[in-house]
Amino acid sequence: MPQLPIPQSAPISWYLILSAILFALGVAGFLYRRNIITVFMSIELMLNAVNLSFITFSYKLKQVDGHIFSFFVMVVAAAEAAVGLAIILTVFKNRQTLEIDEISSLKN
Amino acid sequence: MDAILFLLFAAIAVISAINLVLQTHPISSALSLIGVMGALAALYLLLGGEFIAAAQLIVYAGAIMVLFVFVIMLLNAGAEVKIRRGPWVKFFGIPLLVAFLGLIGYILQNLFPASEGVQFGGFTHGTALDIGRLLFTSYLLPFEVTSVLILVALVGAIVLARKEID
Repeated sequence: MPQLPIPQSAPISWYLILSAILFALGVAGFLYRRNIITVFMSIELMLNAVNLSFITFSYKLKQVDGHIFSFFVMVVAAAEAAVGLAIILTVFKNRQTLEIDEISSLKN
Repeated sequence: MDAILFLLFAAIAVISAINLVLQTHPISSALSLIGVMGALAALYLLLGGEFIAAAQLIVYAGAIMVLFVFVIMLLNAGAEVKIRRGPWVKFFGIPLLVAFLGLIGYILQNLFPASEGVQFGGFTHGTALDIGRLLFTSYLLPFEVTSVLILVALVGAIVLARKEID
């Protein structure tokens, strides 16, 4: 059987690079999309990417503290989702649109 | 074996994330996000975070995404209308993204040598017992503050989403 060019176990850096890729994609979605719900989901993607970094460093340093921070991030994300979606509901009720380009009362 | 599992779930996560950004319909994006979260839960298990993996599936993929899908259904959100964007999105955005990721990858490869890999079972202190013990001793104050935050978010969501009474 030919030897595959991948190592036996994934290095720490691979996990951190995956985290960076997911975070960058989250930023791209945040800037590129115009549907307010998709923008909100991109924020959740960024939070998830940061969680992966926390867990990876927790493994690297052999300490549980990273898991605790990840847990707190999840709690804050849940609170943020509840309030943010309520705000989206209110915006839609007042404006009948989900396009962020059309919600520009604070501009000028 | 560990590397193959990592590559499998990393591929699922990245493809789902790209799909999230590219899809125009929000419900497709929501389903892609569930894919990312499921793949990340598997990666947390590989890193020894049993409790966080379970919490990820229950809180993120379960509760938060149900909330998202519920709001998408409630608002009857359709696909985005296509508008023309400036050429700089294509000519600067994607190359800058790739350049940034290349730089990050280079720095990380130099910071963390590839000699030590992530072994499944290399870190066994991610159980509910360890996390609970730390949460109620060292991190007791943040934990209590978080409960107040949840309460404020609960009240805020109700106040924002309630029907106006004339």
